[in-house]
Amino acid sequence: MVWDLLITGFLVLAGVFGLVGSFGLVKLPDPMTRLHAPTKATTLGVGGVLIASMLFFAAKMGHFSAHELLITLFLFLTAPVSALFLAKANLHHDRPQNLPHPEGSEWAILRIGTDTAAETLAGPVPEQPLTPREGRET
Amino acid sequence: MIAIALDFAFGCFGLALLLNLWRIVRAPGVTDRVLALDTMVVNAIALLVLYGIRQGTAVYFEAAVLIAMVGFVSTVAYAKFMLRGDIVE
Repeated sequence: MVWDLLITGFLVLAGVFGLVGSFGLVKLPDPMTRLHAPTKATTLGVGGVLIASMLFFAAKMGHFSAHELLITLFLFLTAPVSALFLAKANLHHDRPQNLPHPEGSEWAILRIGTDTAAETLAGPVPEQPLTPREGRET
Repeated sequence: MIAIALDFAFGCFGLALLLNLWRIVRAPGVTDRVLALDTMVVNAIALLVLYGIRQGTAVYFEAAVLIAMVGFVSTVAYAKFMLRGDIVE
């Protein structure tokens, strides 16, 4: 009975969080805020489903499985990474003007010499004469 | 009781998938489309795990792990393409 209540609670919580995440993706006003809803609320929702599944298989089927922990670990590791990549892509691609200015000089992504497409920020690259480099056979 | 909660969770994640589809079709920018696809992958993982609970088998976890890995790699590839205009340099 206690197990049933726990599993039910986790399932309902997970459904609500998943729905809130996807609703925020539609409802929030601009791209940087839209990054928050799916990467946080939806990840929490999937975590709830996986905990419910772990409890269900431990209580009803009588065997403990670690697959859920594997999926949870993978999702919790990759969601912030993909969110960071999408934020960088948004900064580079759309150039939002209403963001607060960072301390220091500039967003790291807009500085020449960082990892992101410095050539397109600095204007067209001056045309190099097409001579073969040393040590490379052409 | 668990069956009702399962139905509720199925409904929530199905509605979430529909909202993601709406965001993919009517998106203001490219990053929003990629973000909606990423969210769609996560919701599909949740649906797979829920289906595994309903069927009482652990077969679907392998599929969920595979979908999670492919989804992450494709999101990073899309973001990299938007940043550099190229994926493997």
